Amino acid sequence: MNKPPLLQLKDVHTFYDNIHALKGISLSAPQGAIVCLIGANGAGKSTTLMTICGVEPSRQGEIIFDGQPIHGLRPEQITSRGIAQSPEGRQIFPRMSVFENLEMGAFLRKDKEGIQNDMDWVFNLFPVLKDRIGQLGGTLSGGEQQMLAIGRALMARPKLLLLDEPSLGLAPKMVEKIFETIIEINQKSGTTIFLVEQNAQMALSISSLGFVMETGRIVISDKASALLENERVKKAYLGE
Amino acid sequence: MDTSSFILQQIVNAIFLGSIYALIALGYTMVYGIIELINFAHGELFTAGAFIGVIVLTGLQSFGFVESHFVISMFIVFGLAMAYVAVLGVAVEHVAYKPLRDSSRLAALLSALGMSIFLSNGMMLSQGVSDRAYPPVFGVEGINIGGAIITNGQIFIVLLAVAMMIALQLFVHRTRLGKAMRATAQNRTMARMLGIDIDQTIRITFMIGPALGAAAGVMVGLHYGAVRFDMGFIFMIKAFAAAILGGIGSIPGAMIGGLIIGGIEVFWAAFLPSAWKDVTTFTVLILVLYLKPSGLLGESESEVRV
Repeated sequence: MNKPPLLQLKDVHTFYDNIHALKGISLSAPQGAIVCLIGANGAGKSTTLMTICGVEPSRQGEIIFDGQPIHGLRPEQITSRGIAQSPEGRQIFPRMSVFENLEMGAFLRKDKEGIQNDMDWVFNLFPVLKDRIGQLGGTLSGGEQQMLAIGRALMARPKLLLLDEPSLGLAPKMVEKIFETIIEINQKSGTTIFLVEQNAQMALSISSLGFVMETGRIVISDKASALLENERVKKAYLGE
Repeated sequence: MDTSSFILQQIVNAIFLGSIYALIALGYTMVYGIIELINFAHGELFTAGAFIGVIVLTGLQSFGFVESHFVISMFIVFGLAMAYVAVLGVAVEHVAYKPLRDSSRLAALLSALGMSIFLSNGMMLSQGVSDRAYPPVFGVEGINIGGAIITNGQIFIVLLAVAMMIALQLFVHRTRLGKAMRATAQNRTMARMLGIDIDQTIRITFMIGPALGAAAGVMVGLHYGAVRFDMGFIFMIKAFAAAILGGIGSIPGAMIGGLIIGGIEVFWAAFLPSAWKDVTTFTVLILVLYLKPSGLLGESESEVRV
């Protein structure tokens, strides 16, 4: 009873110009799980997500998603396979309304009814977005933009949701709310979630698996509960 | 003519000229919005539209079709000019800009200038260096509003220009493709991650912008009665100033900028030495660049929230 993982990276190398940003990353995310990738600034966490999405194509290695290789595909093709990202910096369309931003999330979908249902679901998860429905994305607060970015990614109804630092720059209360919502998304829709975080404590507490990244390499991969007890992780990332 | 009707007449002229500048300015602003490049070949695409217009119109007139079926003729003339230039626009993008999309802005800018010279010389070789007359299809008659005369030609052209601008607004705000275009302009990487084919949206931008320019070219030909291979230059400068004034990248900005530049030019020529009217346009351009480079409706980089 060993289901193949939904996402698997095998020895992936990515370069920015001539900078060797990912030096042979291997990791996997089981179907329906929450996994997290933690590490310091500049370790290559966001690059990992961008490589999965095809925005920063890998130069070497394999990325298997849902049983199919996706390395070498263009971002729009990868999206159509069922991967959506709420990226670093949120990347909201500033001169489009909240409604239009969400609509763009469902760009590849044709099922009007399903889109409407998911929009209702997003408004249910983040009621504040409903209040701001006609407002331009660029006028939202940081927390609202974060919700909009997650909501937009959900509108694609992805099999795999990539979240890049959803807690960054948010007030502690808001961070809690966002993490509660991540759990809710995972449990209600069964969406597999790949979380990148600097807030290691929070991220590990909701994940089943964790990966620790340092300067372009995965240095530890283990059960999240084990990582919370790991001396090296405690010292470097949990501030103990 | 008393003063009030004289001023009214200038307003009419300003709206007329402003609409044409606005149509051309839209081409600059849309292309800039999506790939951050000033398409210096836009003036030549405008001229190409005027040439297609004169060729088609002359052809239709030679067998009396324009007299018998005026509306259909106009539809054919504008339709063919816009379609031809839309194809030309896509070709220009494919040959001169697409290969340079990831290189420096200066390289793309030089490529745009090269394209401008290439097209201009191509038209000089194929259409000659002298003026080419547009068959007069509108007479001098028109309607009198408070002493100001609006000719039938002016009414037709302004209505058509406004209709095109409304259609463009509806396209970019109401259609899936239009929204994809705006999304691409606002954040290209994110647009790709949502599944938008940015090559396609850029191609469509290079169809619509030049097609609007071509329509403006036909309008200029119809109104002024002649076209020449180098007529694009002065219109390009005016429309460029309009796009900058309105805020480059902003579609409503281009429309407002066009009307303002048209208004300044007309009123300057009405009350002050008209030889200086072009200077005023450039003065406005310089002042805007100096005082508010983001233009009236543009978004300055620093205002954009991270």
